[in-house]
Amino acid sequence: MTATTMPTAPGVGDLAQAPRRPKGRFSAARTARYAILLFSVLIVLIPVYVLLVTSFKGPGDATPTRAWALPQLWIADNWITAWDTLSPAIGRTLQMVIPASIISAFLGSMNGFVLSRWSFRGANVVFTLILFGMFIPYQAVMIPLNQIVLDIGLPNGVPTLILLHVIYGIPITTLIFRNYYESVPHELIEAARMDGAGMLRTYAWVVLPISIPSFVVVLIWQFTSAWNDFLFAVFFSTPNTGPVTVALNNLANGAQLQNYGVSMAGALFASLPTLLVYIILGKYFVGGLMSGSVKG
Amino acid sequence: MKTIKRWGPPVLLLTPSIILMAVFVYGLIVANFATSATDNHTSAQATGVQPTVFVGIGNYLDLLASEAFQHSLKNLLLYTVVFLVGTMVIGFVWAWLLERPMRGEGIFRSVYLFPMAVSFIASGVVWRWLLNSNEGEQALGLNRLFQMIGLDFLQNPWWNNISWGIAAIALPAIWQLSGYVMALFLAGFRGVPEELREAGRMDGASEWQVYRHVIFPQLSPVALSALIIIGHMSLKAFDLIMSISKPSNYQTKVPAVDMYVFKSSFDYANSAAVGAILLIIVAVLVIPYLIHTNRKEASGR
Amino acid sequence: MRRIGVVATAAAIGLALTACSGGGDGGGDGDGGDGGGDGGTDVEVFTWWAAGSELTGLEALEAVFAEQHPDLTFVNGAVAGGAGSAAKDLLQTRLQAGDPPDTFQAHAGAELTDYIAAGQLEDVSDLYTEFGLTDVFPQDLIDLLTVDGSIYSVPSNIHRSNVVWANPTVLESAGIDPTAVPADIDAWIADLEAVQATGVTALSVATTWTQVNLLETVLMADLGADGYVGLWNGDTDWASADVTTALEHFETLMSFTNTDRDGLDWPEATQMVIDGTAAYNVMGDWAVAAFEEQGVERGAGFVDFPVPGSEGQFGFLADSFTLPVGAPNPDGATAWLETVGSLEGQVAFNQAKGSIPARTDADPADFSEYQQSAIESYANDAIVPSLAHGAAAPIAVLNAISDATSKFTTGGSDLATYQEELAAAVG
Repeated sequence: MTATTMPTAPGVGDLAQAPRRPKGRFSAARTARYAILLFSVLIVLIPVYVLLVTSFKGPGDATPTRAWALPQLWIADNWITAWDTLSPAIGRTLQMVIPASIISAFLGSMNGFVLSRWSFRGANVVFTLILFGMFIPYQAVMIPLNQIVLDIGLPNGVPTLILLHVIYGIPITTLIFRNYYESVPHELIEAARMDGAGMLRTYAWVVLPISIPSFVVVLIWQFTSAWNDFLFAVFFSTPNTGPVTVALNNLANGAQLQNYGVSMAGALFASLPTLLVYIILGKYFVGGLMSGSVKG
Repeated sequence: MKTIKRWGPPVLLLTPSIILMAVFVYGLIVANFATSATDNHTSAQATGVQPTVFVGIGNYLDLLASEAFQHSLKNLLLYTVVFLVGTMVIGFVWAWLLERPMRGEGIFRSVYLFPMAVSFIASGVVWRWLLNSNEGEQALGLNRLFQMIGLDFLQNPWWNNISWGIAAIALPAIWQLSGYVMALFLAGFRGVPEELREAGRMDGASEWQVYRHVIFPQLSPVALSALIIIGHMSLKAFDLIMSISKPSNYQTKVPAVDMYVFKSSFDYANSAAVGAILLIIVAVLVIPYLIHTNRKEASGR
Repeated sequence: MRRIGVVATAAAIGLALTACSGGGDGGGDGDGGDGGGDGGTDVEVFTWWAAGSELTGLEALEAVFAEQHPDLTFVNGAVAGGAGSAAKDLLQTRLQAGDPPDTFQAHAGAELTDYIAAGQLEDVSDLYTEFGLTDVFPQDLIDLLTVDGSIYSVPSNIHRSNVVWANPTVLESAGIDPTAVPADIDAWIADLEAVQATGVTALSVATTWTQVNLLETVLMADLGADGYVGLWNGDTDWASADVTTALEHFETLMSFTNTDRDGLDWPEATQMVIDGTAAYNVMGDWAVAAFEEQGVERGAGFVDFPVPGSEGQFGFLADSFTLPVGAPNPDGATAWLETVGSLEGQVAFNQAKGSIPARTDADPADFSEYQQSAIESYANDAIVPSLAHGAAAPIAVLNAISDATSKFTTGGSDLATYQEELAAAVG
């Protein structure tokens, strides 16, 4: 396996460079291969088509009955309305996601460093106990969590959600950093120790600077999962105080008269930041997925 | 003095996380079990105005005996199976097809993977239309599409079916996460050393035999990881059901939805009990995996 | 003179609540009581009226409040989302944390039971006398609001739940006279069959709560006002043959409905009638706003009548305002309740929201044609509590009924089981 030897962030970028081999001789097989892949692309893009065309339709046009047709008239009104409705929530989501990602990345980095380098008795047990936190269904802590959040007295909404994303992000960030530090040549850190640097200084001056690739991975991962979270958001915020998932759910499923075009434009707006992250930093994104989970 | 030097810094770095985990994961799990073992079913008890009484495993017995909760558990099982099989098969096939270099590979990969950047809430907005259950003249969504391309026989009520409806909710989930499984398998394929393949070919094995006997067996650890990750994600059915169906719809009930409904009606004891049952299910699946991983790692060092 | 009385009452309440909240719920709410003393001028009004006609109504009410109580400042604590579910969840959290708003919106009637049992609401019966509300609210309403001799909220507006909305063009093409109202459910079913034969959806309905709304109106129609009210106070046996008949009617009505119902909410079901893809829809009278907003005229574009068999009953639901225990500014909250109960407040609010005043002394001429007909029924009909909106039963009972109904309408149980589950839910 092992969680340790798995390709971490920088390694996984190599997806792009597959080993070169002779071109396939069977053109029938190659045609079939392309056919299946292209057909899959069509299927995957069906929801995107409906989202896009509906978001540009006028009120009478944006109905389920005309879902497959192109807009009679291409208009941008829905996008403007959706922006007006969702932009405060998008702002709050940024306020929530950015600190939450940064704090949990630092915590993960500290844990990962300690757990990968200073093996004390029970280090593995500590690691496994932290890791299990990644798998717990949050439903199993929700009721007492509600009470403890009340006792702490944090305001509902962004502050509470930052705290929760930091805490429940610790397992995954610890895992990614630990895997990364396991793969860093020991000599590098040993050399620093020889110089007589203490652990904290080693961490700050040697380890942190070489951790940048992992930070990118972890930040992307945390950014995406906190951005897309709905469970914590629906329990600990309202459409007025919460992130964009709650506001969007309210826009699309609220009981007031619905405007499908606006809902669909809103869904696209709400997805844009994560999609952009994914498009621009896609290579690292994939890396993040792998290092966090493939332990094969 | 020496021990402080050796123990001090690591403990200092680890302590915040250990405390947070101890309180917010393990402490809360204990507190949750405690609540689930009381008769805290009313708002007056939830707010502490009236006292609660210890009832042991009474709530669990009642829940497990109720037809409605059995239906939720059955739905969760069905959803998980369809979701797992769908993502594993599709993800594996895509990875296999993309494993060898080809033109347009990057585009295919990106298209398959992008749905995973989208939240279930956002994709639910459109899947709610696509999975409309009207058929025939009133058909909408995918059913309408089937009519347009002459595949009328494929029309079905999607999630609006009491026995199988939940399987339709798994479709958007498969759409979203097949690309992820593909990425995992791709990494697995690329991780197989070229020498192994060459050795197979030298022995006169056909391309298929190389896959069958050399490469596929190398992928089983990846497959196991994918199973665990996707399997525990199936609890996220909550987001999808909230955006496509409604929490009150019996046909798409799962335990996570029950938990939410109980909580909204001030029934904290049952809400906690449902959460605990989910935890037990996950623990039974994940703990052996974690122990297995831990052992392998220990022996690997 | 009157103002002095208000202040005195408020002061008394302030004292009472300081005493209460001390013993109340032990943990973490020490700050609950402080607000009472210093008062301040801010009045936080917590509602789920954040958009559309509800928001317009709230703004109209705010204007009247500013006029009547210029020394106080209205603070809008509206929480959007899910027909009030987001607001209720947050409210639950705030009350639990000992941080109540000065006043909050709640459906009048049994839905308040949970708050009352949890000791979170002040008795406002004295304010009824104080503001002279006892004489201007109908006695039926006062009875429904009274719990063990006390009243805990002041209703701001009334809606009616048992209304059929129909598309006259669709009815005519099915050979039905749109001006003739079927006498009972059986007669209506005959009409529904005629519509269905033309290939149009006969009756549109949406997700579970709208099906519960349909159920309650069928129960009203088949059991009569006394029989229906008896379902909630224990006088009517849920296992009786009359209930069975009503459930059979409900089952038949559901068989005429659109198959995609569970994926829709009420506006989409009402829209089917507006678009002519369905003939009938049963919905509370907030639906009239959907017609009016799209310029559909009463008579030519839509017709409305009480669910056949339930004429003479007014399925009531009301929004109301409360005085929470531990409100930071109880004087301000009392002033708000005074505005809510006042004639000016009720007229301004309901003109904007499209509902009708809870007071019977408003001039019908100030209101729209539909509202006038509702005001007339409200004055003359038996007022019975709506189930789907928390007037008839507490939330836990309503949830259990919703579960049973969803299970039944998706084919998860047969009629006998359904009836047993309903009985168990209420029992």
